[in-house]
Amino acid sequence: MSNPFLSVRDLTVDFHTEDGVVHAVDGLSFDVEKGTTLGIVGESGSGKSVTNLTVLGLHNPETTKISGEIRLDGEELIGAPRSTMERLRGNKVAMIFQDPLTALSPYHTIGRQIGEVYRKHTGASRGESRKRAIEMLTRVGIPQPKTRVDDYPHQFSGGMRQRAMIAMALVCDPDLLIADEPTTALDVTVQAQILDLLKDLQEQMGTSIILITHDLGVVASTVHNVLVMYAGRAVERGTVTEVLGEPRHPYTWGLLASMPHLTSSVDMPLKPVRGTPPSLINVPPGCPFHPRCDYMDLVGGEVCKGERPELSPHRGHGDACYLTLAQKREIHK
Amino acid sequence: MIRFITRRTLGAAVTLVIIAAVTFFLFFAVPADPARLACGKVCPPELLEQARHNLGLDQPLFAQFLAWLTGIFTGRDYEGLGRCPAPCLGFSFVNRAPVWETILDRLPLTVSLTIGAATVFFTFGVATGVVAALRQGRPLDKIASVSSLIGASVQIYFAGTLALYYLVYKNHILRQPKYVPFTEDPVGWLSGLALPWVVLAIIFTANYTRMTRSTMVEQLGEDYVRTARAKGMPGRSVVMRFALRGTMIPIVTIFGVDLGTLIGGAIITEQTFGLQGLGQLSIRAVTNSDLPMLMATVLVAAGAIVVFNIIVDVMYAVIDPRVRLS
Repeated sequence: MSNPFLSVRDLTVDFHTEDGVVHAVDGLSFDVEKGTTLGIVGESGSGKSVTNLTVLGLHNPETTKISGEIRLDGEELIGAPRSTMERLRGNKVAMIFQDPLTALSPYHTIGRQIGEVYRKHTGASRGESRKRAIEMLTRVGIPQPKTRVDDYPHQFSGGMRQRAMIAMALVCDPDLLIADEPTTALDVTVQAQILDLLKDLQEQMGTSIILITHDLGVVASTVHNVLVMYAGRAVERGTVTEVLGEPRHPYTWGLLASMPHLTSSVDMPLKPVRGTPPSLINVPPGCPFHPRCDYMDLVGGEVCKGERPELSPHRGHGDACYLTLAQKREIHK
Repeated sequence: MIRFITRRTLGAAVTLVIIAAVTFFLFFAVPADPARLACGKVCPPELLEQARHNLGLDQPLFAQFLAWLTGIFTGRDYEGLGRCPAPCLGFSFVNRAPVWETILDRLPLTVSLTIGAATVFFTFGVATGVVAALRQGRPLDKIASVSSLIGASVQIYFAGTLALYYLVYKNHILRQPKYVPFTEDPVGWLSGLALPWVVLAIIFTANYTRMTRSTMVEQLGEDYVRTARAKGMPGRSVVMRFALRGTMIPIVTIFGVDLGTLIGGAIITEQTFGLQGLGQLSIRAVTNSDLPMLMATVLVAAGAIVVFNIIVDVMYAVIDPRVRLS
């Protein structure tokens, strides 16, 4: 295995708020290889978005404490000067946000918003960047790109806005694309189109993608590797077949069980994960999932409340749980 | 756009007629007799009658109002005073001077005062607001909010008098405020009005600082501002091009109201610095029961507010492409 394109080690992100310190991300490590897609799944507030905003350096340095390592193509990003981050953002690393209506400026035309990224990073002229914007809109499948380039975001439909957002993210051919729930705000048919579009673009340009989502269906159809996050930590990691095929962590089981299946009967009730996600100000000691876990008794219970389980094994399919592999296989058959 | 402006202009005209009517009839509700004032101290009944006739006050109220209103469009003939061409606002009850000309004579000062002060408080207020928003919670932010609060609480007659005393009379740093037309002497215009501008701006600035700061803080938290940063836009461009754009909407709103109000006459400021603008004119019209002059100053003040309202609405559409004028 060569050096991964993005490598995150022991990332910790704390926010200082009036209510106390929010431990949004706690000792997170993961890699993204060139040309692959990593899916990060987890409930709201599990630290998915925070992690990725940290990669771009978008947190307010006054209220945020960040430690650990984020290496992008060998370059350390934590503590990097602002000029470095501004050079990388939109150029080498680009981000697609969840809600394209609020994430695009209502005051500027689509073409201008796409073009200015290109201008900033390549020094192209206004005319060239406009041409590039039209080219990008064509590539993401916007009809009549020559006229739509002068439209404002509110004149676009939801799916078109997300396409425009993707065009904006890809305008400088980034090596890493972070897509934060890119399809949540869209209806199902458009979702599929957008995901296909991302896949096509990845095949053409060899982009690495981090796809943040809480939709396991999306994960199954689009990603290569999966990272399951809970309370700011990784609880399971592996390839998509490993994690979805033989899930090992009780939280992953919970997520899978809470999803409807086409093959199951309509009358079968969905099983939500019991309880609510923990407050990130007072994260439960030990395994943060233990207050919601049904299998604590199998390992005696106390161990789950004491020491925090580490992700093991170190490489490949790993999970952070005290159950033995045999027990896990037994429970999830 | 054109249709919008036409429609709003028609609406504005109706508003102005209503305001004029209300002012007119309110004037007669006041127990003061302009004819007696015009007649003088010793005034036999027949002279009073004569004065009343000369001022046109012997006509029925409604006829008087109608004559005033049509006079604006067609002009009027006055016994003994001759023709008053359109737009005719009549002759002053006090000195029989043509009202329209008096207004035109005073207007440049008031407009100059407004433009100068508005430039100062707009740029200074918005700039400090932006800085405060960017330095949220830090010393500069606190200094900005405390000083703007002090500024807002200071009264012009207090600050103005102090400034006059120390800067003009005692230390001779500035000269006595005086209006010189810009076209005649731009430097004199600037130096003559600098002090009133600054003093007038002090009380207005606070509003802009506060409004800019709070809206800017809100805007900086917007998703699209984060997107701009995620695209690698440099910090200054994020603030100036993205966040400031949304901040301008409430700022333009209060700016329109303030400009409208100031054109109506900065009464206290003019009084403090002894400037002969529309504010002085309107005060004198009220105290002298000078109906034609009063009507004219009210009309100018109301007209300014109405016009700036329309401009503000158009500005909304210019700033925010989502706003459709209809």
